[in-house]
Amino acid sequence: MTEHPATTKHPATTQPLKQVHLAAHFPGVNNTTVWSDPEAGSHIEFASFAHFARTAERAKFDFLFLAEGLRLREHNGRIYDLDVVGRPDTFTVLAALAAVTDRLGLTGTINSTFNEPYEVARQFASLDHLSGGRAAWNVVTSWDAFTGENFRRGGFLPQEERYSRAKEFLATAHELFDSWHGDEIVADPATGAFLRDAKAGSFVHTGRHFDIHGRFDVPRSPQGRPVIFQAGDSEEGREFAASSADAIFSRHSRLDAGRAFYADVKSRLAKYGRRHDQLLILPAATFVLADTDAEAEERAHEVRRLQVSGATALRHLEFVWNRDLSSYDPDGPLPDIDPDTGDEHLARGRAQTREYRDRLATAREWRELAAAHGWSIRDLVIHTGNRQSFVGSPATVARTIDEFVQADASDGFILVPHLTPGGLDEFADKVVPLLQERGVFRTEYEGTTLRDHLGLDHPDRERDESRAYPERDAQRVAS
Amino acid sequence: MSTTSPADSSASPTSPDSSVSPLHLAVALDGTGWHPASWRERGARPRELFTAGYWADLVAEAERGLLDFVTIEDGLGLQSSHLLEPDERTDQVRGRLDAVLIASRVAPLTSHIGLVPTVVATHTEPFHISKAIATLDHVSGGRAGLRVRISVRPDEADHFGRRHVPRPDLTADLSAQPLVTDLFDEAADHVEVVRRLWDSWEDDAEIRDVATGRFVDRDKLHYIDFEGRFFSVKGPSITPRPPQGQPLVTALAHRTVPYRLVARQADVGYVTPHDTGQARAIVAEIRAEQRAAGRADEPLHIFGDLVVLLDETRAAAEDRLARLDDLAGTPYTSDARVFAGTPAQLADLVQDLQSAGLTGFRLRPAVTGHDLPAVSRLLVPELQRRGAFRHAYEADTLRGLLGLARPANRYAAA
Repeated sequence: MTEHPATTKHPATTQPLKQVHLAAHFPGVNNTTVWSDPEAGSHIEFASFAHFARTAERAKFDFLFLAEGLRLREHNGRIYDLDVVGRPDTFTVLAALAAVTDRLGLTGTINSTFNEPYEVARQFASLDHLSGGRAAWNVVTSWDAFTGENFRRGGFLPQEERYSRAKEFLATAHELFDSWHGDEIVADPATGAFLRDAKAGSFVHTGRHFDIHGRFDVPRSPQGRPVIFQAGDSEEGREFAASSADAIFSRHSRLDAGRAFYADVKSRLAKYGRRHDQLLILPAATFVLADTDAEAEERAHEVRRLQVSGATALRHLEFVWNRDLSSYDPDGPLPDIDPDTGDEHLARGRAQTREYRDRLATAREWRELAAAHGWSIRDLVIHTGNRQSFVGSPATVARTIDEFVQADASDGFILVPHLTPGGLDEFADKVVPLLQERGVFRTEYEGTTLRDHLGLDHPDRERDESRAYPERDAQRVAS
Repeated sequence: MSTTSPADSSASPTSPDSSVSPLHLAVALDGTGWHPASWRERGARPRELFTAGYWADLVAEAERGLLDFVTIEDGLGLQSSHLLEPDERTDQVRGRLDAVLIASRVAPLTSHIGLVPTVVATHTEPFHISKAIATLDHVSGGRAGLRVRISVRPDEADHFGRRHVPRPDLTADLSAQPLVTDLFDEAADHVEVVRRLWDSWEDDAEIRDVATGRFVDRDKLHYIDFEGRFFSVKGPSITPRPPQGQPLVTALAHRTVPYRLVARQADVGYVTPHDTGQARAIVAEIRAEQRAAGRADEPLHIFGDLVVLLDETRAAAEDRLARLDDLAGTPYTSDARVFAGTPAQLADLVQDLQSAGLTGFRLRPAVTGHDLPAVSRLLVPELQRRGAFRHAYEADTLRGLLGLARPANRYAAA
């Protein structure tokens, strides 16, 4: 490990240890996922999802996480063919996974731009019923006309309005979830009363993005509302999370960046009247395990080479150069020509190209790095690309994860294995028992719902409290 | 309408007959059953309606009867006793779960029966529906279908706030009004997009060619470039082609306009004849529309819908219906014929109707907890004795059970 806190033991303290939360991200349509390995299985057959979910549940993970993208990515006007392509419908596969697991949370990424609140709310409420209270929603936004070409409204939403729509979408969905309180269904054959309340599910929402009213048709689900995740890292995204989310799927899996992000986002909670523990920070993290740290380092490099084929290296260089570089040899030197600093026109349907704001500076830096180390194009992409978050023996990785969490760099991790479907097995078998020995990870599920696993309040608690203190509500109305 | 009975059940053949062509059977699941008082019956389990276990048990029961498939009702608003608006009744089941998700939740627990949830074309995105049903097909190993419907309810439109649906004139034929014909045309486009997206990946698009670093052969992924009156969709789907190639498309139809939707886009149409004469006329009309749509050579099943109450004697079934009607406060009416009688009498009726050109039946149990087991445990053995129904599942996919070939991909080079 190149980066972990110097301490190797928990300091002697009476403070209870923070518990680590762990989740499993099904390997996605990006080059983290190694499809060329003989062990790599199907990315679409249900057996792969079932295997992955059962491993996560066997290891007592908090939840499984599914990403989503609503248009196949393109490069230079053609479908990008070097990474895994294709995935299932999020809701549908999560509902099926509810049948092969009992406790594992089921988190789905669902877009707030190309969906409508009534339909999404009934899907999440249904998933929560059908899973016995295990549903979670990672709320994402998009605005591009490229994705919009697959939908009725096309690219209707200006970029600057995406969070405005997402916030109102989520608030509207909450109004729909809350339109049933949970005590409406009596179903008493003797009296003939099925419902207690003739207006159950009534709602009216009038806002800038949504103007809807009527009656919601799914009764209150076990969790009341699904657990809400937010994944954006922008200023707006952080504020959205602090105001509205239960957990953040962040990108900051390095200690210093993680601590800074953690402190920044948690400090925003107070102004929304929220407690420190009402928003969990869960970075994405990759890992490579071996018997010893040295072997793991070697293995990590091999995995990086598998993740970055020659063709992949050229495409990644093109993200920066914004030019067709297909005539270059990936095992040769970097291009002499400078990047095209005009509008992005090669890569579509992916987020990462927006990271390269200054193409000329990046190109200059990369040429210098390559010259200094004698790197080819492929070597450069391997070395400058994201290194795995955790590389080491099971003991090293368990200790590092624990220390991250105790140091308030995160509340746990969403692990992204590089192999489908078995990429989680080794972690489950070797690292989880060590975390359990350290007393920072559950050995059995204590509750049945995802809110139980994450230590989040049931949303009814707030309502029940306000029922118990009518004078406080009266004050709110008066103020 | 009142209960009707087979015209001449005593004359129907009841002995095994090798010349009898096998018929297909589906069951339509809707809450605790199709009778509005069904939830008050013993065995109805109304408090479990919103649990996975309830639905898993029903579908397992249907599979026990070797049925071809179950449909699952759905809508984008609360159930209502009115056609066009919500009601404020508290004496009937209100509330439901998303039908696609119910189907997916039970898929891993079953192995042969087809799963056909209802989807509303009017307010949904064909892109989302296509990948949802493709995924249901993947998780069920080729047992998915959909039942497409439109929504004419203004209150459902208000749940979305994206379009104004004017109130249609209930005194005239609903399906002939421009609003409704437009909604059916839109539904036909919706299904066209759903189908094209299913084909937008060729079966062998995934190549995993390590030498060139390519996961897919992008020449085998296709833009569908659909442009219609109501929307345009680019494609391809994000979900690879489902195991059946084309999952089953089904629709309920009562008049010419919806018959046309069935003829243009469906693999199975559900119709509601009350006797063999009506059945013959409906079948003739749909077959004519099918020829007009240029699909004369394609297999198209026409299923008769029947609401069923099954007991040991006709009197018991009729008494039960009367008791349910008493509880509901009004006699039950339905678009479909309501049958109350014995399993043998129902077997007579379906064979009679089959002779008019119907290829199968979708039975709507009046009380699911009672009439579904009566179908799977009493009607099915009766039909088996007559040589009219399978003794074991003979195929692994829903298309296979219905004798439909796996279609070639419209985008694949010949």
